[in-house]
Amino acid sequence: MRRNQVAVVGAAETTELGVIPNMSQIQLHADAALNAIADAGLKLSDIDGFATAVETPQQMAHYLGITPTWVDGTSVGGCSFMLHVRHAAAAIEAGLCKTVLITHAESGKSMIGKQPRFTAPDSLNGQFESPFGVYGPPSMFPIPVLRFMKTHGITHEQLAMVAVVQREWAAKNPRATMKDPITVADVLNSRMIAYPFRLLQCCLVTDGGGALILTSADRAKDFPQKPVYILGTGESVETPMVSQMKTFDSSRAFKVAGPLAFKEAGIAHKDVDHLMIYDAFAHLPLYGLGDLGFMPHEETGKFIADGNTRPGGKLPLNTNGGGLSYMHSGMYGMYALQESVRQMRGIAPAQVPNAKISVCHGVGGMFAASGTIIFTNEK
Amino acid sequence: MAEPARAKPKPTPETQHFWDGTKAGELRLQRCDACANVYFPPRPFCPSCTSRKVSIFKATGKGKLYSYVINHRPAAPGFTPPYAIAIVELDEGPRMMSNIIDCPQTPEALELDMPLEVAFEALDDKITLPLFRPAKG
Repeated sequence: MRRNQVAVVGAAETTELGVIPNMSQIQLHADAALNAIADAGLKLSDIDGFATAVETPQQMAHYLGITPTWVDGTSVGGCSFMLHVRHAAAAIEAGLCKTVLITHAESGKSMIGKQPRFTAPDSLNGQFESPFGVYGPPSMFPIPVLRFMKTHGITHEQLAMVAVVQREWAAKNPRATMKDPITVADVLNSRMIAYPFRLLQCCLVTDGGGALILTSADRAKDFPQKPVYILGTGESVETPMVSQMKTFDSSRAFKVAGPLAFKEAGIAHKDVDHLMIYDAFAHLPLYGLGDLGFMPHEETGKFIADGNTRPGGKLPLNTNGGGLSYMHSGMYGMYALQESVRQMRGIAPAQVPNAKISVCHGVGGMFAASGTIIFTNEK
Repeated sequence: MAEPARAKPKPTPETQHFWDGTKAGELRLQRCDACANVYFPPRPFCPSCTSRKVSIFKATGKGKLYSYVINHRPAAPGFTPPYAIAIVELDEGPRMMSNIIDCPQTPEALELDMPLEVAFEALDDKITLPLFRPAKG
């Protein structure tokens, strides 16, 4: 895909984040969509392309009252929205539509109008994983981490520091769910969830949503907000079964999507001013730093423990507080994208001074899928 | 009221040989006749070279502990926490999820790379699960 041909011209989260028991899941989608439309100075009737995940495009398009000529229902977990951005940019460039709305929302905490997840007993997951006691992401996502730690010499204290540093970012963010400072001891003494991970190394469970509006770079300059350009993109999938990953030393989906985006953007790692790595659990930033090529995996734990990703550090990472401290409704990728857009607009609560390039890396399922978007505010 | 039961697999045509095997006390894998790739989970073609000429064979049932979590909460129906969810790397190459029996469910007892051997546990008269225990000797 060509660089900087498409831009984000509207971006917003739901009016509230956290516990929102008075809104159904589709209403949360609509709240985010209307906020993004207002942000872009548009009407819903201006939208001719629509993408969403979990809820179907037909469900949400009808609820919102829009008539799209291009839709994308790619639903590969929490990074679905990175894939939507990539697909939307291609569709706009190909002339299939002009103005794309992407929505996410999840009543992850209150479970209002949210369909429960179900693993069919005759699916491969149902036959070869469910019988052995996996029960939701906390019992599945951390399964690779002990092998990763042994191979790369990562310590429990370093993995605790991921949560400590992200709480430092969250403290700067009025909308973050958890803002009180924590220590490595707090993390390592918090309730055990699935060894080796404890409560403070697992993402929050909240309600909320977000929406993005994309259009061509040529049109973007006529919108009220500072355009945020799509510089590079990548995507891939590996397997829905965490047990069948090619290796636990890295993520194949990360290693395909991330470098693809860097190549397309034509940038080096030293050019990155701001980084988001979807942190459903504390090991994901370490996988991401290694798999995206910032450094060998062996150095990732020390890099974070030494403070390089904290406020004032040389590689600001997960500056909204991340899924560990900001919010996590179940599919966090949209919130990572929102933070990248805020940083590129220069309006983030914990703004990185003069940030010009932001890398936003997402995961779907338990390392099942991945999407990477590289943004810039300079054309 | 009956206690909630462990999730039970429902075989499909291409996995039936695996579940017939566990019921007969055998861990059955597939090997590609064209490229000799051994793979899991079952499917009637080789995911490495796409050949449809594949054979079913009885694996040794030996392997080692590749990774695991010890799940505390939430617990799956039929499980009493804390319990380990393990990934076993079979001597033939493929990995599979399982549980470790005859072993304390603790980080001290569960050492990565420890040798394991298959043990079969019948859930009912149709389904037997392949579990693993620390290898003897």
